[in-house]
This record gives sequence, structure tokens and C-alpha cells, in this order.
Amino acid sequence: MVQSIFHHAIQIDEDKCVGCIHCMRVCPTEAIRIKKGKAVITQERCIDCGQCMRACPAKAFYIKQNDLKMLQDFQYRVALFPAVMVGQFPDNISDDMIYQAMTDLGFTHLMEVEQPIRLLIDLTKEYLGKEEISKPCISAFCPAVVRLIQVKYPTLTDNILRVKAPHELAAHFIRQTLMNQGIPKEKIGIFYITPCAAKIAAVKSPIDDMPSVVDGIISMSDFYSKVRQSIRREVTIDTKDQRENLTREGILWSTSRGESSRFGNRAIAIDGIHSVVKFLDRLENDEVRGFDFLEMRACDQSCAGGILLTGNRFTTTERLEQRSAKYPGFTEKALPTGLDEEALTSCLKIDEIESHNVFKLDDDITRAMEKVSKAQRIICFLPGIDCGACGAPNCQALAEDMVQGNAKMSDCVFLQQRWQNEHKIESGKAFRNIEKRWGAGRFNADCNKRGRRNEGF
Amino acid sequence: MIELKFHISGGDFDTAGTASSETKKILKQLNIDSKVIKRTVVALYEGEVNIAAHAWKGEVAVTVKDHQIVALLKDEGPGIADINMAMLEGFSTASPKVREMGFGAGMGLPNMKKNADLLEVESTPGVGTTVRMSFDF
Repeated sequence: MVQSIFHHAIQIDEDKCVGCIHCMRVCPTEAIRIKKGKAVITQERCIDCGQCMRACPAKAFYIKQNDLKMLQDFQYRVALFPAVMVGQFPDNISDDMIYQAMTDLGFTHLMEVEQPIRLLIDLTKEYLGKEEISKPCISAFCPAVVRLIQVKYPTLTDNILRVKAPHELAAHFIRQTLMNQGIPKEKIGIFYITPCAAKIAAVKSPIDDMPSVVDGIISMSDFYSKVRQSIRREVTIDTKDQRENLTREGILWSTSRGESSRFGNRAIAIDGIHSVVKFLDRLENDEVRGFDFLEMRACDQSCAGGILLTGNRFTTTERLEQRSAKYPGFTEKALPTGLDEEALTSCLKIDEIESHNVFKLDDDITRAMEKVSKAQRIICFLPGIDCGACGAPNCQALAEDMVQGNAKMSDCVFLQQRWQNEHKIESGKAFRNIEKRWGAGRFNADCNKRGRRNEGF
Repeated sequence: MIELKFHISGGDFDTAGTASSETKKILKQLNIDSKVIKRTVVALYEGEVNIAAHAWKGEVAVTVKDHQIVALLKDEGPGIADINMAMLEGFSTASPKVREMGFGAGMGLPNMKKNADLLEVESTPGVGTTVRMSFDF
């Protein structure tokens, strides 16, 4: 199966996981279960949206990234970063100061992802003008949303825009620009500073299974701290020429309405994964009609609210708005000469988007029907409290886990309680069942229990 | 065989959509072809809205068996005076109030017919309407 090789960026540090249910509750695809007192992610369901990471009180979720030491492998080192990186700094730290600090960290070239946005706007407009496409067209900008549609809304894969996200374009753009200057390909190292986990997963496993266009991934949260430490108050270099292709639209692209304000007569911008889920549900029922373009982003306030951002999402958006006013519009700005626009454009096209129904209970329809019926019968016995004490996010999910052989009736603490009352199960056995799920000793009194005292949960 | 039952109250546009959403979830668990799911859900939603828009109350029963999904939508309501007219695109008897809510474009039954493999409508004016749709997979 294709999805088994899909690269996931989000990992759980078992030593830090305290075995609560915050992550399990917020996961939009019900991908998390608690087993033996630790959160476990069902890989094929995970869309890397990062809700779990945001909800975790123990900071047990982390993302896989490359070490900055890897920079030494390349003679020319490009930091590829979205404009939100700049947006999160306080007002008294100027663009020049940020660029200077990044250069001090060892990069030879700095490239804001949204610089060549014009090519993307043109290509998208061309696509939207086609008669045969399914409307409304859903942007492919946010990889978590694309992945969500692939796993949960297979009927809507046809609606996804067949134009890739800006980071792909930017990577090809900078590589081509440097190669035009006579620099050999193998000497160029492109490092993507990512605002979220979904972009990592997308860079490592692009929608169309093409090889990754970047050489390394760096978490924006770690990078921000490093840049902050390297900020020099006295600015010594003028870095304006490194931003010569930046435009107003580019700077605002990853903020909410950045795309929707550009496309179609009727366009909507939706941010926040749970709002996206609700809207897609309606769209799938054909309840929403007449729209041309949907901008959908997994994070509140779009990328300004990315899980790996340190800055506040509202102040970040405001700084980007202020900053954008100082730049020309994309129509006033021609792309640099000597670029092979055709090659860049072709790198942006997506041919096919597969769907993987991860919610099927069985490949065989007869067996799947038996399982659905069985789950319906099981539901009758569950209390419907959706407490999560069984290690599944709700009673329905527990019933589904049971028919898949991944859970037992006795996982429900209320059902066990009833059985004890009816003398169907001995209380020692019932307690051991709970300990199996949540870990031995979990229910002993412990004033130093992590996260329970003086840690301000 | 899987059976699902839903109740719809006339005028309640808020819960119209529950039957199609719940059915959709089950059909996905059964791994039924996504194109069939789409047709079923779209037609079912139209049917639910029809009941909310026109009838006093109604019931939706969905059964899945032998490579076929059958949806039975039964309502108590004013009925349809002329079924042939109701099957025409753009023909609608919806009240101005319903139209104000964005419904009543006269696409309900035609859209259901377009999406279902088989559609049968029976109606007695003053009593109610029964719609039977089936979808093959």
C-alpha cells in the first residue's frame, strides 16, 4: 500500500509522554490511542496537522529535523523560509538585522519562499480558467489539508488545485538562479525552515511521489531562538538586494485570505483544522454551492499560527501586513531575466492526487458490513460519555477498535464497573485491566507526579 | 445488512443533513467506491432538505445489502400534486420563506434522479410522499 511509505514528521517522546488524553481528544482523524499509558499514533491516519503537539501539556511531541552541522557539507547554503519567519520578530528588530543574523549562522543565500509568487498566481489562474475542473477548487497550499482530503474525503480529491505549494517553486527558483550563476548543482544545499510539521511531511513525501527538492529541514522554533541570539544591534550589511523579488502579495500569501483574495469571483478562506473538517463535510454533501476557490489552512491564522512559530499569531500577522505595505504589488514587479520560466512552471504542476480511505473497516465488503453491524451492537453497551478512559477518543471509536481486534469490552471503565456490580468480574481483575491500559502503578498516590504539581498544567 | 434510521422534522433545516453525513461515515467504513458514496450522499441530502422544506415530518431509512444502497424517504406532508412537473428542473412549489433560506431552486427531485440509479416517487396530496432511491455498487 502506498501510504505505508508516507513520511511522518511528528514523533512522540515516550519518556516525556505522561499518558493523558489531550492529544487524543483534538486529533481530527482520530489517529491517536493511549496504550500502556503512552500516546501512540496510527501512522496511516496521521495528517501531520500538529493539533496533538499544540495540545500536549508535557511537550512530548517533537519533529524530526536536520542538524545545522549539515550546512558544512555544502559550499553554497540557502536558507529557504516563509515570510512568517520574519513576521514573528518584535518591531525593534529590522529585516536587515534578521537577515544579518541568519547570514552569521552560516547561510550564504537567504530566500523568502514567496519571492517568485507571480508564477504561482499565473499558473493557478490558468488552471481555474479551465472548463473541465471540479469546482470549487481547493488550494493545495496546506499539506495537512491535502492529506486530510486524501484520507477522509476521497470524493473531493478531484477538487484539489493541481498546482503545488510555494516552497516547491521557491526551491526550484533559487536552485536555477544559482546554477545560472555557474554554481554546480551538487555544491548547493537548500535548507527549508519549516513553520509546521505538515510541510516537513510534504517536502519528504510530495503529493506526486517526486523526490524532495530540499536538502535539509530545520524547525522554525529552534531556528528562531538561534537567530534571536545572533541578532546584532548594529546593522552592518544592507540585505535589500536579497529581497528584490519580494512582493506585497508574496508577504501576505501564507496569512489568512492571502490566496483567496487573489482567485475567483467567489472565494472563501477557512483556517483551523476543525473548521476545515466541518466545511469539507458540508462540501461533500453538496450543501455548499457556487464557489470557485477555497483557501483552507490547518492552523488558526494560517501559517502565522504554525505550530513551530514562537511569535504570537496575531502580532505576526500584523507585522506582515505592515511590512507588505512597503513592497510593490506582483504586477509591478517583473521576474528576473534569464530564468527558464517554463521549467519552473512544469515543476509546479501536479498530475494525480491519490486517495487512501483509512477509515474502511475491511477490504472485503461482506466482512466490512459484519464489522459495522457488530460495532453498532457494541455501541448499545457503551455509556456514550466519550470520556477517553478506555484509551480511545470516544465510545464510537472504541467500538470500531473492538471490531478490528484492537480493544476489548473491558477497556470501558463504566462497563467494568457494571460487571463488578453484577458480580461478573472480580474487582482485582477489573483493576488490573485498567492498569494494563494506563500503566502499572499509575493510580498510586504520587504528589510528584509529572504535570500534576507546580507545573502549572 | 446494515440499517440506518433518521427522523426529520418539517422546517428543521438544522438537522437536515444528519442522515447524509451519518450514512456517509458508514459507507466509507464499508469502503464503497467514492463515486457511489458521492452520488448517494448528494441525493440523500436533497431528499432530507425536501422533507424539511415541504413536509410536516419524515423518516429516512437507509439499508445497505447485496451491492446496493437503498434509501427510503417517507414523509407526512402536503404531497406532490403533479409528480411529472416536480421532476422538471427549475420547477418549485417552495414557499418564499424557504427560498429566502437559499433552498427551493427546483433542483431537488431532478438532482436526486440524476444521482440515483433508480428513483421512484409516490405521493398522495394532503397525506404525504414516499421516495425510494437505490444506488448500485
